[in-house]
Amino acid sequence: MSHAAHSPSPQTPQASQRVRATFDGEPIETAAGSSIAAALTESGCSAWRTTANGKQRGLFCGIGICFDCIVEVDGESGQRACMIPLEDGMDVRPQRSRSSAPPTGDATSNDSSVSDSNSEATK
Amino acid sequence: MNAKHDSQPRETGTRPSFDVAIVGAGPAGLAAAGAAASEGARVVVIDAADQPGGQYWRHRSESAGVPEDGKLHHGWNEYLDLRRTFDEHVASGAIHYLPRTSVWMLRKRADEDFLLELTPSWGPPSGIRSVTATRLVLATGGYDRQIPVPGWDLPGVMAAGGIQGFVKQNGTLPGKRFVVGGTGPFLLPVAANIVAAGGSVAAVCESSNLMGWLPRAHRAAGVPAKGVEGAGYVWEFLKHRIPYRTSTVITEILGDDHVTGVRTAKVRPTGEIVAGSEREITGIDGVGLGWGFTPQLELPLQLGVSTRVDVDGSLIAPVDDAQHSSVAGLLLAGELTGVGGAALAVIEGRIAGRVAGAESQGRSAVASARELREIGRQRRFAEAMHLAHPVPQGWQDRLTPETTVCRCEEVTAGEICASRETLASEDQRALKGTTRAGMGWCQGRVCGFAVSGLASNDVADHTSLANAAKRPIAQPLPLSQLANLEN
Repeated sequence: MSHAAHSPSPQTPQASQRVRATFDGEPIETAAGSSIAAALTESGCSAWRTTANGKQRGLFCGIGICFDCIVEVDGESGQRACMIPLEDGMDVRPQRSRSSAPPTGDATSNDSSVSDSNSEATK
Repeated sequence: MNAKHDSQPRETGTRPSFDVAIVGAGPAGLAAAGAAASEGARVVVIDAADQPGGQYWRHRSESAGVPEDGKLHHGWNEYLDLRRTFDEHVASGAIHYLPRTSVWMLRKRADEDFLLELTPSWGPPSGIRSVTATRLVLATGGYDRQIPVPGWDLPGVMAAGGIQGFVKQNGTLPGKRFVVGGTGPFLLPVAANIVAAGGSVAAVCESSNLMGWLPRAHRAAGVPAKGVEGAGYVWEFLKHRIPYRTSTVITEILGDDHVTGVRTAKVRPTGEIVAGSEREITGIDGVGLGWGFTPQLELPLQLGVSTRVDVDGSLIAPVDDAQHSSVAGLLLAGELTGVGGAALAVIEGRIAGRVAGAESQGRSAVASARELREIGRQRRFAEAMHLAHPVPQGWQDRLTPETTVCRCEEVTAGEICASRETLASEDQRALKGTTRAGMGWCQGRVCGFAVSGLASNDVADHTSLANAAKRPIAQPLPLSQLANLEN
């Protein structure tokens, strides 16, 4: 990772590199370094998660504390689209299952799509 | 502990041990890191983002080589100075930097050192699952404080700081035309950043009448930089014709599957709507909401730190002149000690890092008289700001029974009020048990303040806020990590 501090003098922006990936199988793209949420927003998508009550959600806090914008990235569920830079070839998919924080202490969860290894514990 | 510098952390079993651990690499954390390393301490800096800066100095991607001119930032040169020092210490091995890493649990062991359990913020694990340190500096900052309003769960509605963070990180906007609403000076830079990024702002709705500044306006003279910054916003607002409406609240956010408009109204200081002042603003696709800030206190609370409610109504952890908290060896800097902005955070961070670094080497250190004077000036300004921008009374009356309060678990105002009345759920903790409010992914970070207020049918009280901020597991993490937990 580069830790080079930016020069305070304005630089001439180079033609920024594009990064290409897919969301639910459809192509998405954004400038290198921009977030998954930016790629989704630029593709005209403002909501990418469906709540347990069938409501649409996308970005809210924008800084990783609200978990409204979570997606599945390369098979890992519960990933925050606002925080994670899009990378070439990422397989981004809508967060599956109910929106509740699964299963610790939540015996009513009927969520079978999440394996134990990537279930989330938040209690 | 030893002060020997080497490029690799010393392994104790599987846990590298350090003299000072710092959580957060924003203004306070960066200042603390440089100061601690300058004392000869071996430092670890843990931060959730993939590059330093925190939220205040969030910027375009360095790893992707995107140039950053600092135009969206204040104090950018100060950041570059702090960053240069930080980078030098990283290069020398004095600072071990762990980006993309979150602390999910903190413990203090009998032998007096702190044990931090780590999890990747995203992506593959870093290989370091936990670290120990003899001194701990928490500089975890805060986030926009929220109160619900009908329609705030529509896509396109964001935290005000979220819009700003999005612009700073990506250089693009999550919409085209916005209304920004809430209270506090922070609404101004958010609006300015929106127009700088090519968007437009239909209105900034400030609930306060600003009269609260009058008895304390002289306090702004102590911090001239704030005045200069404020004058800049006045100019931006005039140039871009951004209406700044005081005593105005958003009473409802409109739209079917995305925000399309808002209803606003004038409010009296006592919270009632002024009859006939209602307006509708349409043709927007974004709303930013912010009612001051909530410090991120779950980590200090895991160690049992003493807290109180500050003048702004947020839960904070008080510190002494050397930034010591009530827990021995634990120092706090930045918003955790009371919301006061980046300039104050840098001073506090510098003191906390110096004190922690010195103490880890068996010496003591203090804040200089000059630092204490500057902290006093910044604090007096922050207090004036908080008193001039209170969360307005009457917000609870503007919720409908169907209004979502807890976004994660989709708990409505009607459910919460019913539980309060019929099940005597009169604090956030009881409501969590009876309604699931605060039990979802965000663990009450977003709704904790509002649920605490609804629970008492008044102002959120200390007990309720402290319970809302208790998160024994601070971050969602794979269950496999719990299984692998060592003592």
